[in-house]
Amino acid sequence: MAQQLRPSKPADKQPKIDWSRRQEAENFAETVKLFRQGKIDPDTFRRFRLQHGAYGTRMTDDYAMVRIKVPAGQVYPYQLEKIAQLSEMYSIGSAHFSTRENIQLHWVILEDVSEIMQSLSDVGMTSREACGNTVRNVMCSPLSGVCKDEIFDATPYALAIARFMLRNPICQGLPRKFKFNFTCCEKHGMIRIVDVGLLPQIQEIDGEQRKGFKIFLGGGLGNKSFIGHQLEDFTPVEDLLYTSMAVIRIFDRLGDRKNMARNRMRYLVNDMGWEKFQNLVLKERAIVKSTQSVIVKLNIDESINEIQRPISVSNESASVPDGFARWQKTNVEKQSQGGFNSVFIGLESGDITANQLRSVAEIIRDYSAEGFARNGFSQNIVIRYVHDDDLTSMYLKLLETGLAKTGSLTMASAVGCSGTTSCNLALTNSHRLAKEVQRKFLELKLDEDNDLKDSTIKISGCPNSCGQHEVATIGFYGGGGRYENNMFPNYTMSLGGRFDEDSILGHHTARVPVKRVIPVILKIIELYKENKQSDDTLSRWIDRIIHGNESSKINSVEDIKKEISSFLIPPKVEDEPDFYMDYGSDTSYHTVTGKGECAA
Amino acid sequence: MCCMNNSDMPIIDSKILREKIKDNSIRIVDVRREQDYQLGHITNAVNLPLAKLLADDSVESIQKIAQDFGISDETSVVIYDDTFGALSSRVVWALQYIGHKDAKLLDVTFSQWKTLGYEISTEVPEIESATHSIKENKEIMATAEYLEKVKENKNVIIIDNRERLNYLEQHIPGAINIPYRTLATDGKILRTKEGMKNLLKNRGISEDAEIITYCGSVGTLSGLAYYALKSVGLSNVKLYVHSFKEWKSLEKPIDKQENANYWDLSAE
Repeated sequence: MAQQLRPSKPADKQPKIDWSRRQEAENFAETVKLFRQGKIDPDTFRRFRLQHGAYGTRMTDDYAMVRIKVPAGQVYPYQLEKIAQLSEMYSIGSAHFSTRENIQLHWVILEDVSEIMQSLSDVGMTSREACGNTVRNVMCSPLSGVCKDEIFDATPYALAIARFMLRNPICQGLPRKFKFNFTCCEKHGMIRIVDVGLLPQIQEIDGEQRKGFKIFLGGGLGNKSFIGHQLEDFTPVEDLLYTSMAVIRIFDRLGDRKNMARNRMRYLVNDMGWEKFQNLVLKERAIVKSTQSVIVKLNIDESINEIQRPISVSNESASVPDGFARWQKTNVEKQSQGGFNSVFIGLESGDITANQLRSVAEIIRDYSAEGFARNGFSQNIVIRYVHDDDLTSMYLKLLETGLAKTGSLTMASAVGCSGTTSCNLALTNSHRLAKEVQRKFLELKLDEDNDLKDSTIKISGCPNSCGQHEVATIGFYGGGGRYENNMFPNYTMSLGGRFDEDSILGHHTARVPVKRVIPVILKIIELYKENKQSDDTLSRWIDRIIHGNESSKINSVEDIKKEISSFLIPPKVEDEPDFYMDYGSDTSYHTVTGKGECAA
Repeated sequence: MCCMNNSDMPIIDSKILREKIKDNSIRIVDVRREQDYQLGHITNAVNLPLAKLLADDSVESIQKIAQDFGISDETSVVIYDDTFGALSSRVVWALQYIGHKDAKLLDVTFSQWKTLGYEISTEVPEIESATHSIKENKEIMATAEYLEKVKENKNVIIIDNRERLNYLEQHIPGAINIPYRTLATDGKILRTKEGMKNLLKNRGISEDAEIITYCGSVGTLSGLAYYALKSVGLSNVKLYVHSFKEWKSLEKPIDKQENANYWDLSAE
């Protein structure tokens, strides 16, 4: 358009990489037509559709979910504005931020998917290989580059791996999906619950400081979950690509292509035994290195991002608004760069309206000195390089559009997978439950409680762990329960999961009816308060209980079970009909599921 | 006149309107509330709040409105609002219903017009009334009764222009969903002709289909769809003026997307 309809502002920063390929949209449209005409069989079409980032939708073939890949989570203001527009045109007027730094548009008519792909090309984005048996979105900690505990910024390496793998023939037909996670430090990433997890390291070799990674392989959450194994003490950056290729080649060759339920690489590692797998990777890497006919290298762009504080929009005379202190305490992280902060924008279960997306875009332009945002891995958005002096004014801006929810960095920001809102496999409305939990926590101001700060709540709608419940301090996955002749949604609760250097899967503790989930969480907090040590936290207390190291009145999972047992008894349906209904539903509960395509 | 009537141009380019603003053969109609109109409107525009049109939608009433605004059978009419063309489209449809041939939408909203720095005025133009005939154009009107009669026909496509979640929750059986937002594009109230045709092609809607559009209550969102489809050359498009509100009140059958809690995905 020739005319500018908005007052001029400095031009948006441009991303360094264009992930799109325009002709894929047209190809997708043609293929949908052939499928509708019966000229392509459903299985072939499904693989094609998933390869292009369009996932199936609950109980219907008419709709798809479009998963937009955001490598390393880096997203630019005009990209967010485009997604806002697309959500109104083709989806439900809201978009969803996932746990893997993707942005999803739900309930899109299959025939409209190509239009979305076309528009994504306009802003350099893609949904290619966001689903299916491919290398999924390459994640990087949202704090990489600004974290106080990081050794170096992994972002350029994450982007280089994403770039190398995208559309690469070796990644087009893997036995199953394959996930890379890079992090800044142990605390801020999830490197032990993915196929390949990478932690930056520096080692002195021959008097020289060499960059490299600790690499963890074979982790993953799902129906059966495993914690990743460390490949070797130190992998220099020169070997990053060779190691990645070696692992993918082994998985491609030996991974189970028959049994869908057991074909993630973690099963291969588990069946083979870690040592054997480890040896195989090291050997394969030597072969990859020595048999290259041309040198294959990662394209690592380590040029410095320009940091330029936007012209200050703060009103210096403005007094500190109500609620600011609580927001700052629970949503803002100081950066390693003096004077700058990373601001976490909490969403309910990752959902955001089109208008809020537009506000986020404006706020990035007005406040971020790096000019883009990073998607987090807790269904949130992180705006970094916000100057100390701009925090108050930014808070007011966020407040205007309902984006100043507190507790983003605390237990209050519960994660919930999409559940019965759109997923074929879901048994319960985990998505809404996570919103309810968050609302209750904020209402009770539990986000301000330092004892709860390092705990997490994560909820999945079925045993497949898209909600990552197994690494939560208190995790839940959905299922159905029955009392007399009536069914009710029933969640299996696990305690004590972690995803840091002491990663451990949560301990299954009890089955909790959906309408008792919040009371049970509050009861556990109450028990903690009664039995805590001085300077204690909920997650440490639960850790001690799980490991048999707690000496207070509550010292085992059995003790917790006893204390919550009264919540677990179903009432008669006539006494409490609501007990038998899931959140978001006014009819009695029954389980309905369709065919799964991939768990996430 | 010729360029105002260019059939390749579904909507009136704001730049062209600007040049013709003083041309008395054009009538510019502002479909906003009276108080908004009084604060400023496109120079020479008359004010027709939608409520006034809806208060009585008999052909005689539409004829009187047209005549009072000096709109004869030959007058070029350009209509704008400050939503996204939905209210204006409903007015276009009403004029077409009494047989008026040359009524078009402006390609931008009033706010955009203002942002572009184009002329606005607070003066109410003096209008000499004109004579307009009534040639009732029943081809473009659908009633519940008609819809029920034809909805099983293969060549009939019913389009629901409400937002996706409303559609999922309930819709006329067999209707497809094209939310009104899908019709617009960056900064313009309608897609380009090519963009519109591409959407229809992807959806498998053939140009000789009989199309009936509807929305929530008075045919505004679906009026925009009616206009958009007509303007890319589809000849047989009808507006179900009383839309889903009437359909429900008549207790006609309704379809729903079952077994999914899609509302809980909305951040509204």
